[in-house]
Amino acid sequence: MNPATLLPAALSVLLAPLFLGVINRTKAVFAGRAGRPLLQTYIDLAKLARKGAVYSRTTTWVFRLAPITALAAGLVALLLLPLGGFPAPISFPGDFVLLILVLGTSRFLTVIGALDTGSSFEGMGASREASVSALAEPVLFLCLAVAARESGQSTLSGIVGGLTGADWQRAGPALVLLATSLLAILLAENSRIPVDDPNTHLELTMIHEVMVLDHGGPDLALILSGAALKLWILAALLVGLILPGRSGSPWLDSLLFSAGMLVLGVVIGIVESTIARLRLNRVPQFLVGAGAFAVMALALIMR
Amino acid sequence: MHSLLDTLMVLLVFTNLRILGLSRINASIRTVAAQGVLLGLVALVANADHLTGRILLIAVAGIALKGIVFPVLLFRALRAVKIRREVEPFVGYIPSVLAGVAAFLVSLWVAARLPLPGRPPSDLIVPAALSTLFVGLLVIVSRKKALSQTLGYLVFENGVYAFGVGVAYEAPALVEMGILLDVFVAVFVMGIIVFHIAREFDSIDTTRLATLKE
Repeated sequence: MNPATLLPAALSVLLAPLFLGVINRTKAVFAGRAGRPLLQTYIDLAKLARKGAVYSRTTTWVFRLAPITALAAGLVALLLLPLGGFPAPISFPGDFVLLILVLGTSRFLTVIGALDTGSSFEGMGASREASVSALAEPVLFLCLAVAARESGQSTLSGIVGGLTGADWQRAGPALVLLATSLLAILLAENSRIPVDDPNTHLELTMIHEVMVLDHGGPDLALILSGAALKLWILAALLVGLILPGRSGSPWLDSLLFSAGMLVLGVVIGIVESTIARLRLNRVPQFLVGAGAFAVMALALIMR
Repeated sequence: MHSLLDTLMVLLVFTNLRILGLSRINASIRTVAAQGVLLGLVALVANADHLTGRILLIAVAGIALKGIVFPVLLFRALRAVKIRREVEPFVGYIPSVLAGVAAFLVSLWVAARLPLPGRPPSDLIVPAALSTLFVGLLVIVSRKKALSQTLGYLVFENGVYAFGVGVAYEAPALVEMGILLDVFVAVFVMGIIVFHIAREFDSIDTTRLATLKE
C-alpha cells in the first residue's frame, strides 16, 4: 500500500479535536461568550496523557480494554472512509457494513466497560446508550442503503464519489430526507443535543459522559480522542454524501471537503444553541422520526 | 418545475408525519394550517402551464380559509376549552408515525396501479394525497380529544383537495368551492360544539361521551 493514501486519515486524526473546537466556538458566539480556545481539546488531551491512571479493585481487564477499543475503532473506521476526494485506503464491496460493525464494536466495549465498574450510575448510562444506539444503528444502515441504491455502488468510496449533481436533480427531495436523517443520527450517536448534552455533568441526565466517569488520565484521553474521531467520521460521511460533483483534482476536492466540514461544525453548533435537549422518553420518537425520513427516502428512490 | 412539485409533495408527507407525532394541540393546528398553505401552492404550481382564474380562485380561497380562517377558529376553541395537549391517544405517537410511513408506502404501491384519467403533473401527487387521506382517518380514530379529531377531519379534507388539484383539474370550480364551503361550515360548527361540550362536561375527551347516561 502506498503510504501517501494514508495521509488523509492521518490528517483526520490531527484535525478531529479541532472540529469539536469549531462546534464549541459557535455555541460560545451564540451565547455571547468569548468561549474556550479553539484548540482546547488538544490541551485537554495533552494534560490527560501526562497523568497517571487509577483503577478500582472491582474492575477487570474489560474496563481497561474499553478506552483502547474506542480509539482503535476510530482509526480502523478512518481507513474505510473516503475523505475529501481521496478514496479510502481499504475498500471492498459492502465495506460500509464493516464501518458500522466497527463503530458498534467500540460502543459495545464501552458499554460493558461501564458495566464492569459495578457503579449504578454507569449501568444506567450504559442502558441508555444501548437503547439509543439500538434505534440509531438501523437508521444508519437505511441511510447508507439509500445512498448505495442511488449511486449504484457498493463500496463507500464509490457511494461517496458516485452521488453527483445529476442525482440531486433527479432525486433531490429524497437526498434532502437522507441528509436530514443522517444529521439526526450524527447528533444521536455522538451524544450531542437534542439527545444528550456533552457539557452536562449531572449523572442522572447524562448518557455518554456517565459511562466514562470512572476512567481517568490516559484512558480518558483515549476515550476523548475516540469520541472526537467518531464525530469526525460521521460528519465526513455526511459531508461526503451531500457535496455533489467531483472536480477531478483531489486537492480542490479536499478544500471543498474542509469547507463542508467547517460549515457542518457551525451547523451542529447552531442546532445545539437553538434547540433544547429532548426529554429522555422523547428520544426514541426523535430517532423513529429519523428512521421515517430514511424509509421515505428509500421509497422515493426505489420507486 | 417538476422537482419543485415533488419537493412540495415530500413536504406534504412531512407535515402528515409531524401531525402524527405531535402531542401539543396548538403546534398541531399550526402544522395543519401550514399544510393548507402548502396545498394552495401545489394548486398553483401543478397548473402553472394553464393558470386560469378558476385555479387562482381555488388556490387563494384554499390558502385564505385553511391558512388563516381555520387556525383562528380552532385557536379560539382551544382557548375556550383550556387544554394544551392530547393525552394518551388510543394509538401512541411512535406507532402513529410508523403507521404514517406505512400509509405512504401503501399509497405508493396503490398509486402505481391506480388507473387515472390522464397523467398527473407529478408522480408523487397521488401517493401523497392518498397517504394524507389515510393519515386524516388515522387521526380521527386514534385521538381522544374532540379538537384533535377536528384536525384529523381537516387533514382528511386536505387529502381530497390535493387529489383534486393534482389529478382532476377539469373538475368544475363549483364543486371545489362547495367542498371548501362545507369544510368551513363544519369547522365553524365543530368549534362551537367543542366549546359547548367543554362547558357542559369540563372535558372534551370523547371516550367520556361514550359513557354518557341520562
